[in-house]
Amino acid sequence: MGNDYCRKISHSTNGPGDAGKTGSWRILRPVLDPQICIPAKRGTPACYMCWLYCPDGVISRSIPPTIDYEYCKGCGICAEECPTKAITMVEEASFIKEDK
Amino acid sequence: MQIIESGNVAAALGVKLSRAQVVAAYPITPQTPLTEKLSEFIEAEDMEAQYIPVESEHSALAVCIAASSAGARSFTATSANGLLYMHEQIHWAAGARLPIVMCVVNRGVGAPWTVWNDHQDSMSQRDTGWIQMYANDHQQIIDSVIKAFCLAEEVMVPVMVCYDGYLLSHTYMPFDVPETAVVDRFLPPYKPPYALDPHTPANLNTVTLPDVRSDIHGNQAHGYMEIRHFLQEDMRSSTQALARVETRFKEIFGRGGNPFIESYRCDDAEFIAVGIGSLSYHLRDVADSLRDEGIRAGVLSVNLYRPFPAAIIAKTLRGCRGVAVFEKALSYGYQGPLCADIKSALYQGIDGSGRRPFVLNYILGLGGREITTRDLHDAFRQSCTEVQDNVDELRWIGLKL
Repeated sequence: MGNDYCRKISHSTNGPGDAGKTGSWRILRPVLDPQICIPAKRGTPACYMCWLYCPDGVISRSIPPTIDYEYCKGCGICAEECPTKAITMVEEASFIKEDK
Repeated sequence: MQIIESGNVAAALGVKLSRAQVVAAYPITPQTPLTEKLSEFIEAEDMEAQYIPVESEHSALAVCIAASSAGARSFTATSANGLLYMHEQIHWAAGARLPIVMCVVNRGVGAPWTVWNDHQDSMSQRDTGWIQMYANDHQQIIDSVIKAFCLAEEVMVPVMVCYDGYLLSHTYMPFDVPETAVVDRFLPPYKPPYALDPHTPANLNTVTLPDVRSDIHGNQAHGYMEIRHFLQEDMRSSTQALARVETRFKEIFGRGGNPFIESYRCDDAEFIAVGIGSLSYHLRDVADSLRDEGIRAGVLSVNLYRPFPAAIIAKTLRGCRGVAVFEKALSYGYQGPLCADIKSALYQGIDGSGRRPFVLNYILGLGGREITTRDLHDAFRQSCTEVQDNVDELRWIGLKL
């Protein structure tokens, strides 16, 4: 069996995207408004509640915070936790035309 | 060394000689004396292994899955409802491709509650992806356990070694216990192709998407269906691995031969009875007395049930007029599972002859109902001598309505 074995079982190195492009599961897309987001508005590292709460680790601790839509599943926890309501969950369907 | 002992002790000695490193089991009749014996060996330091007591069969197999993932040779054993309680983990062990060996001491399944022998428990686990071997006597029990570890580790598929509760587990028979050094020569220490390593973390058996995907290195990773396809392929080819294991076993221990089936007076047989486990030896007496009456009868014992040795079974049954499948299990609403499998083997297995034997299905011994030689004789004789109408009708032996 030898080296073949690990190709015959579910065996992988852990890291971003090992579970596939989970962004395709999303129905609602979190959209961040930099006019309201605390670190974006102040231009200084602050708050980052979205980064802290994101269960998939797809939000960066940057100015402004960015959301990796390749893997964001659209759970909406970031929008729920944002103290200034800077994140809005928007229907993915509304982006379909735009993406095209 | 020849000893006289019970079938459960034969199994325990096989496990000890195989140097299993982790044993996790929960006692259940009629398996209990097997696990008791193993705990005695370990407690007395006759066997260098961890005995992990658990609160259920589900946990017993979960412990074996963990231990096997960490690279340890792992063993468990159970019966009937205990086996069914493991059911989810039984599928898991096969899908995870872990070479665990488990003895199933065959017992009927409740409800109503029964502790006596039939084959419903392990037959109902047919489709889980485990290799299933059935032993017909004590020598086969101890030998099969040793071979099972060898086979499991070669093909990385778990193996069930099944034997009849009470009829084999609690009866005493003489059998040869091989020397440790000789078994060591046959079965070297387990070298896992992969074992858990805290320094190089990995994802094992995580959510696997319907489609293939790119892994983090950009290589295509198999999806669920590919992984299951490999299990099927490796199960099918494990018959060749088993043949090699058997050849080596015979070279070293001087016994064994055909690990798939045992045929008894089948060469010129017009009628062949098919059975699994100790029943198949019982049927030999019946074949002998039918021969005395001038009926050319033979017996086929199925020793490997999964992967199903369809070709060799079809070859053995080729040319006979009738087949009678005697079963201690039932796929409720249809027929005995072995009978259905045998018919399936015959459907394509006899090339070009245009003729197939009729196949009758007898159900007997459920929940330990006594199987008498007279009943077997009458049933097999009728199969051979009377014109068979309604061949697909299930025939019950020993039913008292």
